[in-house]
Amino acid sequence: MRHLAKTYEKGKGMKKARVVRAALVLLCSLSFAAAAFAGPDDAQIEKGHQVYNKWCFPCHGTGAGKPGTASLAARGQKPAVLEERTDLTPTVIKAFVRHGVLFMPTFRKTEISDADLDAIAAYLTRNNKP
Amino acid sequence: MRVPPGVSPRDFSEALKKFEGAIGKEWVFTSDDDINTYRDSYSPFWHEAEEPIPSAAVAPDNVEQVQQIVRIAGAHKIPLWTISTGKNLGYGGSAPLLGGSVVLDLKRMNRVIEVNDKNHYALVEPGVSYFDLYHYIHDRGLKVWIDPPDPGWGSLVGNALERGGGYTPMRDHFDCHCGMEVVLANGELVRTGMGALPNSKTWQQYKYGFGPYVDGIFSQSNLGVVTKMGFWLLPEPEAFLSGNVVVGKHDDLFAMVEIFANLMNSGIVLATTTVVSPLAYGPDPELAALRANGSTKDLEDYAARKKIGYWSVSLPFYGPADVVAAQWEYAKRKFSAIPGVRFEDRASYRFPLNDDQLAKIVNPVPFGVPSLQTFSIGGPRSQGHMWFSPIIPMTGEAILEAQKVFDQVAKDLSLSGGSVGGFPVWNFFARAFVIIYFFPIEHDVEKNRKNREVFRRLIKTAAEHGWGEYRTHTAFMGDIMDAYSFNNHSLLRLHETMKDALDPNGILSPGKNGIWPKGMRKARA
Repeated sequence: MRHLAKTYEKGKGMKKARVVRAALVLLCSLSFAAAAFAGPDDAQIEKGHQVYNKWCFPCHGTGAGKPGTASLAARGQKPAVLEERTDLTPTVIKAFVRHGVLFMPTFRKTEISDADLDAIAAYLTRNNKP
Repeated sequence: MRVPPGVSPRDFSEALKKFEGAIGKEWVFTSDDDINTYRDSYSPFWHEAEEPIPSAAVAPDNVEQVQQIVRIAGAHKIPLWTISTGKNLGYGGSAPLLGGSVVLDLKRMNRVIEVNDKNHYALVEPGVSYFDLYHYIHDRGLKVWIDPPDPGWGSLVGNALERGGGYTPMRDHFDCHCGMEVVLANGELVRTGMGALPNSKTWQQYKYGFGPYVDGIFSQSNLGVVTKMGFWLLPEPEAFLSGNVVVGKHDDLFAMVEIFANLMNSGIVLATTTVVSPLAYGPDPELAALRANGSTKDLEDYAARKKIGYWSVSLPFYGPADVVAAQWEYAKRKFSAIPGVRFEDRASYRFPLNDDQLAKIVNPVPFGVPSLQTFSIGGPRSQGHMWFSPIIPMTGEAILEAQKVFDQVAKDLSLSGGSVGGFPVWNFFARAFVIIYFFPIEHDVEKNRKNREVFRRLIKTAAEHGWGEYRTHTAFMGDIMDAYSFNNHSLLRLHETMKDALDPNGILSPGKNGIWPKGMRKARA
């Protein structure tokens, strides 16, 4: 949740967009049309945070013994902790997860479903500038 | 569409439709994008036609669906390749040995059925990872430890069936299992040990049941699909203590290992450690030159001057604080028989560790906490790895002989030599050492070819000296089984007899550990 709080402070534009989207969804409540506005929302970002913690944090997190973070740092990627990035796109994130890179293996849909991958992408792009 | 070997496209399409009917279309994967995720991310065959790529994958949710899949596969003679979490990286990952096989992906079967912290056991499905079980236990405040191997995303079931090892006193994972549920190739469901007794109250407390003990035939094999497995867990210990033993002379290794083996076999040291030479590592150019061309005396002098010792072994103790302290004192008394031996007090912990303590530990695996730290082993640009891992006797003589023999292989093949004990020697299993030797995987055809050549040479050379591997990448399973050749391969022929009896259609993991179904066997020389 600490990261989400940071998101709100940094990404006022995104927050505004989410408020507008939430209002629209509210207007369309009880309507199947709500599905048409299924962009990243707080619930999806929070879900993405949970999925990230389960599947990504052990390698890409902060603290000792995180080889993904160490690899990105050694290769000059800044910041090396994925959760702090603001330049990742959903396409790039999904490509790495499904195709792997260097010693990061591929992840199957039985591990990370497409819906979970969308949520990870929403979480990791939450701080991107619009 | 890829098709399994020996199966017509029409038959395969029919089987896929039946798979979809059994488990749902969503869980039958045939697209190139999906199949790509089942390739071995650490394949030693990158960019080569030899890379075994599956034709499809099926992912059941429960044991009844596994039974249906196996029956459909049997009717259409479709080869299945079973994986649990599919993260057995370095040993084949989620890819089959036989290209065109359908991967039977058990990841969705991820239920923790029971954890008991009074009798200290768990019963889990194959899709449960070490992370999953750790969090299950941690979230409930249960006072038991799991014993993770290095990669925490592995499956308890898969790792134990591959006879993997960890670090705590429960480190021999197959040895610490208790009871299995297995789907046979004809779809029949079997429970082993006390599980064969309906309403058994002791399935995870007594291993053997009644009659022949068959659990072993389902490990490193292709005779059934294990769908549940019980494990003994370690009651949360009160304390951990580690002490380092350092000796200064080359020949001190003999006495050091003899005393170490005595402590192991007496139950004083019960956890995993490694015998190392501090001289084998370090960037000092002087040391590097001595490693390549120096005499034993030169190295001993260097070790004395730098106060690093010629050999060392770190002893891990788990248990009550006063007991582990007494064990360390006893060990020091035993090792004091070696002139000039030094002792260093190392890490000491009381459990449970809090989050701050845990966050500072680079490798928490020896404390029952799963991690992925091990994947830093090849460096930041690593593209993967595999392991050469022969079992050798627990003697100093064996360590030196293995070092000499494998160094010679390296020299013969113009690789960088002069390891001076640089082969890490571990005690993952009781009574013997295992060398765990790192091989890099690269997306470079020539380098991988060379590495495969070296790997195969090491297998043959090891066998000539009476050393066999405990486990291997799918690419070398046939080579290693071939080395276990006593009495004209009578063990393999026994495996094949069982294979033919239990799996006459040859549908379960063809080629696993060198065991092929009748119709796919190559003539033996």
